[in-house]
Amino acid sequence: MTLDPGYLAYPHRRHGYDHDLYAWSAIHERRPIAWPGGKRVAVWICVSLEWFPLIPSDTPFRAPGHMQTAYPDYRHYTAREYGTRVGFYRLLDAFAKIGATASIAMNGAIAERYPEIVADIGSAGHEIIAHSTDMNGTIATGLAEAEERALIAQSLDAIEKAAGARPRGWLSIARSQSWNTVRLLKEAGLGYCCDWVNDELPWRFANGLVNLPLNHELSDRQIITVQQQSADSYAQSVRDAFDWLAGEPGGRILPLHVTPYIIGLPYRIDAFEALIADLAARPEAWVAPGGAIVDAWTAQQ
Amino acid sequence: MRPDPELYAFSRYRDRPAIEWPGGKRVAVWVAPNLEYYEIDPPAHPKRKAWTRPHPDVVGYAHRDHSNRVSHWRMADVMERHGFPGSVSLSVALCQHHPEVVADANARGWEFFSHGIYNTRYAYEMDESQERAIIEDSIRTVRDATGQTIRGWLAPALTHTVNTLDLIAEYGLDYTCDLYHDDQPQRVRTRSGDLISMPYSLEVNDHYGFFIYNMSPREYADTLVRQFRRLADEGGTVMCIPLHAYLIGQPHRIGPFAEALAEIAADGRAWPCRAGEIADAWRAQQ
Repeated sequence: MTLDPGYLAYPHRRHGYDHDLYAWSAIHERRPIAWPGGKRVAVWICVSLEWFPLIPSDTPFRAPGHMQTAYPDYRHYTAREYGTRVGFYRLLDAFAKIGATASIAMNGAIAERYPEIVADIGSAGHEIIAHSTDMNGTIATGLAEAEERALIAQSLDAIEKAAGARPRGWLSIARSQSWNTVRLLKEAGLGYCCDWVNDELPWRFANGLVNLPLNHELSDRQIITVQQQSADSYAQSVRDAFDWLAGEPGGRILPLHVTPYIIGLPYRIDAFEALIADLAARPEAWVAPGGAIVDAWTAQQ
Repeated sequence: MRPDPELYAFSRYRDRPAIEWPGGKRVAVWVAPNLEYYEIDPPAHPKRKAWTRPHPDVVGYAHRDHSNRVSHWRMADVMERHGFPGSVSLSVALCQHHPEVVADANARGWEFFSHGIYNTRYAYEMDESQERAIIEDSIRTVRDATGQTIRGWLAPALTHTVNTLDLIAEYGLDYTCDLYHDDQPQRVRTRSGDLISMPYSLEVNDHYGFFIYNMSPREYADTLVRQFRRLADEGGTVMCIPLHAYLIGQPHRIGPFAEALAEIAADGRAWPCRAGEIADAWRAQQ
Protein backbone atom coordinates (compact mmCIF):
# COMPACT_ATOMS: atom_id res chain seq x y z
CA MET A 1 0.00 0.00 0.00
CA THR A 2 1.09 3.53 -0.53
CA LEU A 3 -0.30 6.96 0.17
CA ASP A 4 -0.61 9.77 -2.32
CA PRO A 5 2.78 11.58 -2.36
CA GLY A 6 0.95 14.80 -1.48
CA TYR A 7 0.24 13.31 1.90
CA LEU A 8 3.93 13.74 2.73
CA ALA A 9 4.13 17.34 1.52
CA TYR A 10 3.93 20.08 4.15
CA PRO A 11 3.34 23.39 2.39
CA HIS A 12 2.56 25.31 5.61
CA ARG A 13 5.50 24.04 7.67
CA ARG A 14 6.93 27.37 8.75
CA HIS A 15 7.36 29.60 11.77
CA GLY A 16 4.01 30.53 13.32
CA TYR A 17 0.76 28.96 12.25
CA ASP A 18 -0.42 26.98 9.26
CA HIS A 19 -3.03 29.71 8.66
CA ASP A 20 -3.17 33.51 8.61
CA LEU A 21 -6.14 34.09 10.89
CA TYR A 22 -4.07 35.32 13.83
CA ALA A 23 -0.46 35.61 14.92
CA TRP A 24 1.51 33.21 17.10
CA SER A 25 2.13 34.47 20.63
CA ALA A 26 2.91 32.75 23.93
CA ILE A 27 1.18 34.29 26.93
CA HIS A 28 4.26 34.83 29.09
CA GLU A 29 5.95 36.89 26.40
CA ARG A 30 3.23 39.55 26.48
CA ARG A 31 3.19 42.54 28.77
CA PRO A 32 1.28 41.60 31.94
CA ILE A 33 -2.30 42.82 32.12
CA ALA A 34 -3.63 44.62 35.22
CA TRP A 35 -7.39 44.52 35.73
CA PRO A 36 -9.18 47.52 37.30
CA GLY A 37 -8.39 47.96 40.98
CA GLY A 38 -5.25 45.87 40.59
CA LYS A 39 -7.28 42.65 40.62
CA ARG A 40 -5.61 39.44 39.40
CA VAL A 41 -8.52 37.41 38.09
CA ALA A 42 -11.34 38.68 35.91
CA VAL A 43 -14.29 36.39 36.68
CA TRP A 44 -16.42 36.42 33.55
CA ILE A 45 -19.83 34.80 33.87
CA CYS A 46 -21.37 34.06 30.48
CA VAL A 47 -24.86 32.55 30.32
CA SER A 48 -26.09 30.95 27.11
CA LEU A 49 -29.79 31.66 26.63
CA GLU A 50 -31.13 29.51 23.84
CA TRP A 51 -34.32 28.63 22.04
CA PHE A 52 -34.49 25.20 20.41
CA PRO A 53 -37.15 24.96 17.69
CA LEU A 54 -39.20 21.78 17.98
CA ILE A 55 -38.14 21.03 14.40
CA PRO A 56 -34.35 20.64 14.60
CA SER A 57 -32.02 21.35 11.71
CA ASP A 58 -28.92 19.30 10.92
CA THR A 59 -27.39 21.74 8.46
CA PRO A 60 -24.58 22.24 8.95
CA PHE A 61 -24.89 20.28 12.22
CA ARG A 62 -27.36 19.78 15.07
CA ALA A 63 -26.63 22.00 18.06
CA PRO A 64 -25.65 20.41 21.39
CA GLY A 65 -28.71 20.14 23.60
CA HIS A 66 -31.12 20.00 20.65
CA MET A 67 -34.12 17.69 20.10
CA GLN A 68 -33.37 13.98 20.33
CA THR A 69 -36.57 11.99 19.92
CA ALA A 70 -38.96 11.60 17.02
CA TYR A 71 -41.23 14.61 16.47
CA PRO A 72 -42.63 16.07 18.64
CA ASP A 73 -39.86 15.96 21.26
CA TYR A 74 -41.79 17.69 24.02
CA ARG A 75 -39.33 16.27 26.53
CA HIS A 76 -36.28 18.21 25.34
CA TYR A 77 -38.18 21.22 24.07
CA THR A 78 -39.73 21.85 27.47
CA ALA A 79 -36.66 20.89 29.48
CA ARG A 80 -34.71 23.60 27.62
CA GLU A 81 -37.58 26.06 28.13
CA TYR A 82 -37.44 25.26 31.84
CA GLY A 83 -33.97 26.81 31.82
CA THR A 84 -35.25 29.97 30.16
CA ARG A 85 -38.37 30.41 32.33
CA VAL A 86 -37.08 29.20 35.71
CA GLY A 87 -33.36 28.46 35.79
CA PHE A 88 -32.41 31.77 34.23
CA TYR A 89 -34.34 33.68 36.89
CA ARG A 90 -32.53 31.74 39.59
CA LEU A 91 -29.29 32.87 37.95
CA LEU A 92 -30.43 36.50 37.71
CA ASP A 93 -31.30 36.44 41.41
CA ALA A 94 -27.95 34.88 42.26
CA PHE A 95 -26.14 37.60 40.31
CA ALA A 96 -28.21 40.33 41.99
CA LYS A 97 -27.46 38.93 45.44
CA ILE A 98 -23.72 39.44 44.99
CA GLY A 99 -23.86 42.47 42.72
CA ALA A 100 -22.35 40.60 39.77
CA THR A 101 -22.66 41.79 36.20
CA ALA A 102 -22.66 38.99 33.62
CA SER A 103 -22.76 38.45 29.87
CA ILE A 104 -25.89 36.85 28.46
CA ALA A 105 -25.22 35.14 25.14
CA MET A 106 -28.67 35.17 23.63
CA ASN A 107 -30.24 33.73 20.52
CA GLY A 108 -32.03 36.36 18.46
CA ALA A 109 -35.15 34.25 18.93
CA ILE A 110 -35.04 34.81 22.69
CA ALA A 111 -35.15 38.58 22.08
CA GLU A 112 -38.05 38.20 19.65
CA ARG A 113 -40.08 35.77 21.70
CA TYR A 114 -39.43 36.93 25.27
CA PRO A 115 -38.99 40.71 25.45
CA GLU A 116 -39.60 40.56 29.23
CA ILE A 117 -36.32 38.71 29.57
CA VAL A 118 -34.49 41.37 27.59
CA ALA A 119 -36.00 44.05 29.81
CA ASP A 120 -34.98 42.20 32.98
CA ILE A 121 -31.43 41.78 31.69
CA GLY A 122 -31.28 45.44 30.79
CA SER A 123 -32.55 46.67 34.14
CA ALA A 124 -30.01 44.48 35.94
CA GLY A 125 -27.21 45.95 33.83
CA HIS A 126 -26.00 42.74 32.24
CA GLU A 127 -24.39 42.67 28.81
CA ILE A 128 -26.06 40.93 25.87
CA ILE A 129 -23.84 38.97 23.48
CA ALA A 130 -25.28 37.75 20.18
CA HIS A 131 -25.54 33.97 20.04
CA SER A 132 -26.92 33.28 16.56
CA THR A 133 -30.58 33.24 15.58
CA ASP A 134 -31.92 30.17 17.32
CA MET A 135 -30.45 26.75 17.95
CA ASN A 136 -30.88 25.84 14.29
CA GLY A 137 -28.46 28.65 13.46
CA THR A 138 -25.28 26.61 13.50
CA ILE A 139 -22.25 27.67 11.48
CA ALA A 140 -19.57 25.53 9.85
CA THR A 141 -17.79 25.37 6.53
CA GLY A 142 -20.43 24.33 4.04
CA LEU A 143 -22.91 27.00 5.09
CA ALA A 144 -23.17 29.38 2.15
CA GLU A 145 -21.53 32.72 2.77
CA ALA A 146 -24.71 34.66 2.01
CA GLU A 147 -26.66 32.52 4.47
CA GLU A 148 -24.06 32.99 7.16
CA ARG A 149 -24.02 36.75 6.61
CA ALA A 150 -27.80 36.84 6.84
CA LEU A 151 -27.81 34.72 9.98
CA ILE A 152 -25.40 37.09 11.72
CA ALA A 153 -27.42 40.15 10.66
CA GLN A 154 -30.70 38.57 11.73
CA SER A 155 -29.35 37.76 15.17
CA LEU A 156 -27.99 41.28 15.68
CA ASP A 157 -31.15 42.93 14.34
CA ALA A 158 -33.44 40.93 16.60
CA ILE A 159 -31.44 41.73 19.70
CA GLU A 160 -31.06 45.39 18.78
CA LYS A 161 -34.79 45.70 18.23
CA ALA A 162 -35.61 44.29 21.66
CA ALA A 163 -32.73 45.73 23.67
CA GLY A 164 -32.25 49.06 21.94
CA ALA A 165 -28.56 48.47 21.37
CA ARG A 166 -26.57 46.31 19.00
CA PRO A 167 -24.39 43.70 20.71
CA ARG A 168 -20.60 44.07 20.47
CA GLY A 169 -19.86 40.44 21.17
CA TRP A 170 -20.61 37.17 19.39
CA LEU A 171 -20.69 33.54 20.50
CA SER A 172 -21.27 30.90 17.84
CA ILE A 173 -23.28 27.80 18.68
CA ALA A 174 -20.80 25.17 19.91
CA ARG A 175 -18.13 27.83 19.16
CA SER A 176 -18.21 26.50 15.59
CA GLN A 177 -17.11 28.75 12.76
CA SER A 178 -16.57 28.50 9.02
CA TRP A 179 -13.55 29.89 7.18
CA ASN A 180 -15.66 33.02 6.60
CA THR A 181 -16.89 33.70 10.12
CA VAL A 182 -14.09 35.93 11.43
CA ARG A 183 -14.41 38.15 8.36
CA LEU A 184 -18.21 38.24 8.45
CA LEU A 185 -18.33 39.08 12.16
CA LYS A 186 -15.96 41.99 11.57
CA GLU A 187 -17.98 43.17 8.56
CA ALA A 188 -21.12 43.07 10.69
CA GLY A 189 -19.54 45.59 13.04
CA LEU A 190 -18.90 43.23 15.93
CA GLY A 191 -15.98 43.98 18.23
CA TYR A 192 -15.27 40.54 19.62
CA CYS A 193 -16.12 36.86 19.47
CA CYS A 194 -15.76 34.17 22.14
CA ASP A 195 -15.24 31.07 20.01
CA TRP A 196 -11.49 30.33 20.11
CA VAL A 197 -10.43 28.59 23.32
CA ASN A 198 -6.70 28.78 22.67
CA ASP A 199 -5.73 31.37 25.28
CA GLU A 200 -6.51 32.85 28.68
CA LEU A 201 -6.38 36.50 27.65
CA PRO A 202 -8.03 38.38 24.78
CA TRP A 203 -6.13 38.59 21.49
CA ARG A 204 -6.74 40.04 18.03
CA PHE A 205 -7.33 38.31 14.73
CA ALA A 206 -5.37 39.69 11.77
CA ASN A 207 -8.49 41.61 10.71
CA GLY A 208 -8.79 43.39 14.07
CA LEU A 209 -11.66 41.40 15.59
CA VAL A 210 -10.89 40.54 19.23
CA ASN A 211 -11.24 37.01 20.58
CA LEU A 212 -12.24 36.70 24.22
CA PRO A 213 -11.59 33.04 25.06
CA LEU A 214 -14.53 31.33 26.74
CA ASN A 215 -13.02 28.16 28.23
CA HIS A 216 -15.20 25.24 27.14
CA GLU A 217 -13.55 22.77 29.51
CA LEU A 218 -14.74 24.80 32.50
CA SER A 219 -18.33 25.02 31.27
CA ASP A 220 -21.22 23.40 33.10
CA ARG A 221 -22.02 21.57 29.87
CA GLN A 222 -18.59 19.93 29.70
CA ILE A 223 -18.18 19.10 33.38
CA ILE A 224 -21.76 18.23 34.32
CA THR A 225 -23.43 17.07 31.11
CA VAL A 226 -20.51 15.55 29.20
CA GLN A 227 -18.25 14.36 32.01
CA GLN A 228 -21.21 13.55 34.28
CA GLN A 229 -19.71 15.22 37.33
CA SER A 230 -21.80 16.68 40.16
CA ALA A 231 -22.42 20.38 40.70
CA ASP A 232 -20.12 20.14 43.72
CA SER A 233 -17.35 18.70 41.57
CA TYR A 234 -17.93 21.51 39.05
CA ALA A 235 -17.67 24.11 41.82
CA GLN A 236 -14.52 22.46 43.16
CA SER A 237 -12.91 22.63 39.73
CA VAL A 238 -13.77 26.30 39.36
CA ARG A 239 -12.38 27.10 42.81
CA ASP A 240 -9.19 25.21 41.99
CA ALA A 241 -8.92 27.19 38.75
CA PHE A 242 -9.38 30.48 40.55
CA ASP A 243 -6.76 29.60 43.15
CA TRP A 244 -4.26 28.75 40.46
CA LEU A 245 -4.94 31.80 38.30
CA ALA A 246 -4.73 34.16 41.26
CA GLY A 247 -1.13 33.04 41.73
CA GLU A 248 -0.01 33.49 38.13
CA PRO A 249 1.98 36.51 37.02
CA GLY A 250 -0.27 39.12 35.43
CA GLY A 251 -4.02 39.36 35.12
CA ARG A 252 -5.91 36.27 34.02
CA ILE A 253 -9.53 35.47 33.11
CA LEU A 254 -11.69 32.81 34.72
CA PRO A 255 -14.58 32.28 32.28
CA LEU A 256 -17.67 30.60 33.71
CA HIS A 257 -19.82 29.49 30.80
CA VAL A 258 -23.14 28.33 32.23
CA THR A 259 -26.45 27.12 30.88
CA PRO A 260 -29.77 27.76 32.65
CA TYR A 261 -31.19 24.30 31.93
CA ILE A 262 -28.03 22.70 33.36
CA ILE A 263 -26.80 24.74 36.33
CA GLY A 264 -30.17 26.37 37.07
CA LEU A 265 -31.83 23.19 38.35
CA PRO A 266 -32.99 23.17 41.97
CA TYR A 267 -30.46 20.56 43.07
CA ARG A 268 -27.54 22.33 41.41
CA ILE A 269 -28.19 26.05 41.85
CA ASP A 270 -27.16 26.13 45.52
CA ALA A 271 -23.67 24.96 44.64
CA PHE A 272 -23.43 27.63 41.94
CA GLU A 273 -24.75 30.41 44.19
CA ALA A 274 -22.23 29.51 46.88
CA LEU A 275 -19.47 29.34 44.27
CA ILE A 276 -20.00 32.77 42.76
CA ALA A 277 -20.52 34.36 46.17
CA ASP A 278 -17.24 32.83 47.25
CA LEU A 279 -15.41 34.01 44.14
CA ALA A 280 -16.86 37.53 44.28
CA ALA A 281 -15.66 37.86 47.88
CA ARG A 282 -12.08 36.96 46.99
CA PRO A 283 -9.80 40.00 47.14
CA GLU A 284 -8.19 39.05 43.78
CA ALA A 285 -11.51 38.89 41.90
CA TRP A 286 -12.94 41.36 39.43
CA VAL A 287 -16.37 40.09 38.38
CA ALA A 288 -17.08 41.65 35.00
CA PRO A 289 -18.94 41.07 31.73
CA GLY A 290 -17.06 40.26 28.54
CA GLY A 291 -17.23 43.75 27.03
CA ALA A 292 -15.66 45.32 30.13
CA ILE A 293 -12.85 42.77 30.07
CA VAL A 294 -12.19 43.46 26.40
CA ASP A 295 -12.17 47.21 27.10
CA ALA A 296 -9.74 46.86 30.01
CA TRP A 297 -7.47 44.70 27.87
CA THR A 298 -7.70 47.00 24.84
CA ALA A 299 -6.73 50.03 26.92
CA GLN A 300 -3.45 48.29 27.79
CA GLN A 301 -2.43 47.32 24.25
CA MET B 1 -2.03 -9.68 7.90
CA ARG B 2 -1.42 -11.96 10.86
CA PRO B 3 -3.50 -12.65 13.95
CA ASP B 4 -0.56 -12.20 16.38
CA PRO B 5 1.70 -9.19 15.87
CA GLU B 6 4.71 -11.49 16.53
CA LEU B 7 6.61 -8.74 18.28
CA TYR B 8 7.52 -10.36 21.58
CA ALA B 9 7.57 -13.64 23.46
CA PHE B 10 5.08 -14.29 26.21
CA SER B 11 6.57 -13.64 29.63
CA ARG B 12 4.54 -13.98 32.79
CA TYR B 13 4.88 -11.28 35.45
CA ARG B 14 5.63 -13.89 38.13
CA ASP B 15 9.23 -15.07 38.85
CA ARG B 16 11.01 -12.64 36.58
CA PRO B 17 14.60 -11.60 37.37
CA ALA B 18 14.49 -8.47 39.55
CA ILE B 19 15.14 -5.13 37.91
CA GLU B 20 17.11 -2.65 40.00
CA TRP B 21 16.76 1.07 39.48
CA PRO B 22 19.51 3.53 40.42
CA GLY B 23 19.67 4.48 44.09
CA GLY B 24 17.55 1.48 45.05
CA LYS B 25 14.39 3.23 43.89
CA ARG B 26 11.33 1.06 43.35
CA VAL B 27 9.70 2.60 40.31
CA ALA B 28 11.09 4.57 37.39
CA VAL B 29 8.69 7.48 36.87
CA TRP B 30 8.89 9.21 33.53
CA VAL B 31 6.68 12.04 32.42
CA ALA B 32 5.85 12.22 28.72
CA PRO B 33 4.42 15.56 27.59
CA ASN B 34 3.08 15.35 24.07
CA LEU B 35 4.29 18.53 22.39
CA GLU B 36 2.16 18.49 19.30
CA TYR B 37 1.09 20.45 16.28
CA TYR B 38 -2.28 19.72 14.75
CA GLU B 39 -2.88 21.23 11.32
CA ILE B 40 -5.99 23.32 10.80
CA ASP B 41 -6.60 21.96 7.29
CA PRO B 42 -4.66 18.72 6.81
CA PRO B 43 -5.03 16.58 3.69
CA ALA B 44 -7.51 13.71 3.93
CA HIS B 45 -6.25 10.27 4.86
CA PRO B 46 -8.15 7.27 3.48
CA LYS B 47 -8.40 5.58 6.89
CA ARG B 48 -8.91 8.34 9.42
CA LYS B 49 -10.42 11.79 9.62
CA ALA B 50 -8.26 14.39 11.33
CA TRP B 51 -11.17 16.41 12.69
CA THR B 52 -14.76 15.53 13.48
CA ARG B 53 -16.10 18.76 11.98
CA PRO B 54 -15.57 20.41 8.61
CA HIS B 55 -12.33 22.42 8.69
CA PRO B 56 -11.70 24.58 10.59
CA ASP B 57 -12.69 22.59 13.67
CA VAL B 58 -12.36 25.68 15.82
CA VAL B 59 -12.66 24.08 19.24
CA GLY B 60 -10.47 21.11 18.35
CA TYR B 61 -7.75 23.26 16.85
CA ALA B 62 -7.87 26.05 19.41
CA HIS B 63 -7.92 23.64 22.35
CA ARG B 64 -4.61 22.18 21.14
CA ASP B 65 -3.22 25.62 20.36
CA HIS B 66 -3.73 26.37 24.06
CA SER B 67 -0.80 24.01 24.73
CA ASN B 68 1.66 26.16 22.89
CA ARG B 69 0.32 29.59 23.85
CA VAL B 70 -0.46 28.98 27.52
CA SER B 71 -0.40 25.57 29.11
CA HIS B 72 2.95 24.11 28.05
CA TRP B 73 4.69 26.75 30.12
CA ARG B 74 2.45 26.18 33.12
CA MET B 75 2.87 22.38 32.96
CA ALA B 76 6.64 22.56 32.44
CA ASP B 77 7.09 24.85 35.44
CA VAL B 78 5.14 22.46 37.66
CA MET B 79 7.17 19.45 36.49
CA GLU B 80 10.42 21.26 37.09
CA ARG B 81 9.36 22.49 40.52
CA HIS B 82 8.76 18.90 41.63
CA GLY B 83 11.86 17.45 40.01
CA PHE B 84 10.35 15.58 37.06
CA PRO B 85 12.09 15.98 33.68
CA GLY B 86 10.12 15.42 30.50
CA SER B 87 10.58 12.91 27.71
CA VAL B 88 8.81 14.61 24.88
CA SER B 89 6.58 12.93 22.37
CA LEU B 90 7.17 15.52 19.66
CA SER B 91 5.30 16.39 16.49
CA VAL B 92 8.57 17.34 14.88
CA ALA B 93 7.02 20.12 12.76
CA LEU B 94 6.64 21.97 16.05
CA CYS B 95 10.36 22.71 15.59
CA GLN B 96 9.31 24.90 12.63
CA HIS B 97 5.99 26.27 13.88
CA HIS B 98 6.81 27.05 17.48
CA PRO B 99 10.56 26.56 18.03
CA GLU B 100 10.21 28.55 21.25
CA VAL B 101 8.34 25.65 22.86
CA VAL B 102 10.91 23.11 21.70
CA ALA B 103 13.78 25.30 22.89
CA ASP B 104 12.13 25.64 26.29
CA ALA B 105 11.84 21.87 26.68
CA ASN B 106 15.45 21.42 25.54
CA ALA B 107 16.68 24.06 27.98
CA ARG B 108 14.95 22.21 30.81
CA GLY B 109 16.99 19.11 29.97
CA TRP B 110 14.11 17.16 28.48
CA GLU B 111 14.60 14.29 26.07
CA PHE B 112 12.86 14.18 22.67
CA PHE B 113 11.45 11.27 20.75
CA SER B 114 9.39 11.42 17.60
CA HIS B 115 5.61 11.44 17.46
CA GLY B 116 5.63 11.92 13.68
CA ILE B 117 5.65 15.11 11.65
CA TYR B 118 2.19 16.33 12.64
CA ASN B 119 -0.44 14.72 14.80
CA THR B 120 -2.77 15.15 11.83
CA ARG B 121 -0.67 12.94 9.46
CA TYR B 122 -1.27 9.26 9.89
CA ALA B 123 1.07 6.39 9.04
CA TYR B 124 -1.56 3.83 8.02
CA GLU B 125 -0.99 2.71 4.43
CA MET B 126 2.41 4.36 4.08
CA ASP B 127 4.78 2.29 2.03
CA GLU B 128 8.25 1.59 3.36
CA SER B 129 9.90 4.50 1.58
CA GLN B 130 7.27 6.90 2.90
CA GLU B 131 7.79 5.67 6.41
CA ARG B 132 11.55 6.00 5.99
CA ALA B 133 10.96 9.58 4.93
CA ILE B 134 9.14 10.48 8.16
CA ILE B 135 11.74 8.70 10.29
CA GLU B 136 14.60 10.47 8.51
CA ASP B 137 12.73 13.78 8.72
CA SER B 138 12.24 13.22 12.47
CA ILE B 139 15.89 12.43 13.13
CA ARG B 140 17.10 15.38 11.08
CA THR B 141 14.57 17.89 12.36
CA VAL B 142 15.11 17.15 16.05
CA ARG B 143 18.88 17.12 15.62
CA ASP B 144 18.82 20.49 13.87
CA ALA B 145 16.52 22.05 16.46
CA THR B 146 17.93 20.61 19.68
CA GLY B 147 21.25 18.86 19.02
CA GLN B 148 19.66 15.67 20.34
CA THR B 149 19.44 12.38 18.49
CA ILE B 150 16.06 10.81 19.03
CA ARG B 151 16.10 7.39 20.66
CA GLY B 152 12.40 6.60 20.69
CA TRP B 153 9.17 6.61 18.74
CA LEU B 154 5.52 7.05 19.54
CA ALA B 155 3.62 6.64 16.31
CA PRO B 156 1.88 9.80 15.06
CA ALA B 157 -1.60 9.74 16.60
CA LEU B 158 -0.76 6.08 17.41
CA THR B 159 -0.97 5.07 13.74
CA HIS B 160 1.32 2.25 12.62
CA THR B 161 2.25 0.00 9.80
CA VAL B 162 3.69 -3.49 10.22
CA ASN B 163 7.05 -2.05 9.15
CA THR B 164 7.29 0.73 11.72
CA LEU B 165 9.15 -1.11 14.45
CA ASP B 166 11.54 -2.81 12.01
CA LEU B 167 12.38 0.54 10.46
CA ILE B 168 12.95 2.52 13.66
CA ALA B 169 15.26 -0.27 14.90
CA GLU B 170 17.14 -0.12 11.60
CA TYR B 171 17.64 3.63 12.08
CA GLY B 172 19.18 2.92 15.48
CA LEU B 173 16.35 3.98 17.75
CA ASP B 174 16.27 2.23 21.12
CA TYR B 175 12.68 2.23 22.24
CA THR B 176 9.07 2.22 21.16
CA CYS B 177 6.25 3.63 23.27
CA ASP B 178 3.51 2.00 21.23
CA LEU B 179 3.09 -1.32 23.04
CA TYR B 180 1.02 -1.58 26.20
CA HIS B 181 1.56 -5.16 27.26
CA ASP B 182 3.71 -4.68 30.38
CA ASP B 183 4.74 -2.55 33.37
CA GLN B 184 8.43 -3.33 32.76
CA PRO B 185 10.65 -2.73 29.73
CA GLN B 186 10.45 -5.65 27.35
CA ARG B 187 12.40 -6.89 24.38
CA VAL B 188 10.76 -6.38 20.98
CA ARG B 189 11.85 -8.53 18.05
CA THR B 190 12.46 -6.74 14.77
CA ARG B 191 14.19 -7.73 11.54
CA SER B 192 16.98 -5.29 12.47
CA GLY B 193 17.61 -6.53 16.01
CA ASP B 194 16.02 -5.72 19.31
CA LEU B 195 14.06 -2.71 20.38
CA ILE B 196 12.92 -1.94 23.89
CA SER B 197 9.25 -1.63 24.60
CA MET B 198 9.11 1.33 26.97
CA PRO B 199 6.01 1.22 29.15
CA TYR B 200 3.88 4.20 28.19
CA SER B 201 0.28 4.32 29.33
CA LEU B 202 -3.12 4.78 27.88
CA GLU B 203 -4.87 4.17 31.18
CA VAL B 204 -3.27 7.02 33.12
CA ASN B 205 -2.84 9.22 30.06
CA ASP B 206 -4.54 12.52 30.83
CA HIS B 207 -6.60 12.15 27.66
CA TYR B 208 -8.07 8.88 28.93
CA GLY B 209 -8.52 10.29 32.40
CA PHE B 210 -10.51 13.30 31.25
CA PHE B 211 -12.20 12.12 28.05
CA ILE B 212 -12.60 8.37 28.34
CA TYR B 213 -13.11 8.02 32.10
CA ASN B 214 -14.48 11.55 32.60
CA MET B 215 -12.53 12.10 35.78
CA SER B 216 -12.52 15.30 37.72
CA PRO B 217 -9.08 16.89 38.10
CA ARG B 218 -8.82 15.60 41.66
CA GLU B 219 -9.88 12.10 40.68
CA TYR B 220 -7.17 12.05 38.04
CA ALA B 221 -4.55 13.25 40.52
CA ASP B 222 -5.63 10.51 42.91
CA THR B 223 -5.36 7.97 40.07
CA LEU B 224 -1.75 8.94 39.47
CA VAL B 225 -0.87 8.55 43.14
CA ARG B 226 -2.57 5.13 43.34
CA GLN B 227 -0.85 3.95 40.18
CA PHE B 228 2.47 5.05 41.62
CA ARG B 229 1.95 3.43 45.03
CA ARG B 230 1.02 0.07 43.59
CA LEU B 231 3.93 0.01 41.14
CA ALA B 232 6.31 1.09 43.93
CA ASP B 233 5.03 -1.71 46.16
CA GLU B 234 5.76 -4.23 43.41
CA GLY B 235 9.18 -2.75 42.54
CA GLY B 236 11.33 -2.86 39.40
CA THR B 237 8.50 -1.22 37.52
CA VAL B 238 8.00 1.73 35.19
CA MET B 239 5.30 4.36 35.53
CA CYS B 240 4.72 6.70 32.66
CA ILE B 241 2.61 9.83 33.00
CA PRO B 242 1.63 10.80 29.43
CA LEU B 243 0.38 14.36 29.25
CA HIS B 244 -1.07 16.94 26.91
CA ALA B 245 -0.57 20.47 28.16
CA TYR B 246 -3.94 21.58 26.78
CA LEU B 247 -5.56 19.07 29.14
CA ILE B 248 -3.42 18.87 32.29
CA GLY B 249 -2.42 22.53 32.00
CA GLN B 250 -5.97 23.85 32.23
CA PRO B 251 -6.33 26.09 35.26
CA HIS B 252 -8.65 23.71 37.12
CA ARG B 253 -6.37 20.70 36.61
CA ILE B 254 -2.87 21.98 37.15
CA GLY B 255 -3.19 22.47 40.93
CA PRO B 256 -4.33 18.91 41.71
CA PHE B 257 -1.69 17.60 39.27
CA ALA B 258 1.03 19.56 41.07
CA GLU B 259 -0.13 18.02 44.35
CA ALA B 260 0.08 14.52 42.86
CA LEU B 261 3.64 15.13 41.66
CA ALA B 262 4.57 16.50 45.09
CA GLU B 263 3.14 13.40 46.75
CA ILE B 264 4.97 11.04 44.39
CA ALA B 265 8.23 12.90 44.88
CA ALA B 266 7.85 12.96 48.67
CA ASP B 267 7.24 9.21 48.87
CA GLY B 268 10.93 8.51 48.30
CA ARG B 269 10.48 5.40 46.16
CA ALA B 270 10.34 7.15 42.78
CA TRP B 271 13.20 7.50 40.33
CA PRO B 272 12.14 10.54 38.30
CA CYS B 273 13.90 10.05 34.99
CA ARG B 274 13.82 10.24 31.21
CA ALA B 275 12.89 7.35 28.97
CA GLY B 276 16.43 6.98 27.64
CA GLU B 277 17.76 6.55 31.17
CA ILE B 278 15.29 3.72 31.74
CA ALA B 279 16.43 2.09 28.51
CA ASP B 280 20.07 2.34 29.59
CA ALA B 281 19.47 1.04 33.12
CA TRP B 282 17.40 -1.87 31.85
CA ARG B 283 19.80 -2.84 29.09
CA ALA B 284 22.71 -2.86 31.54
CA GLN B 285 20.91 -5.60 33.47
CA GLN B 286 20.20 -7.90 30.52
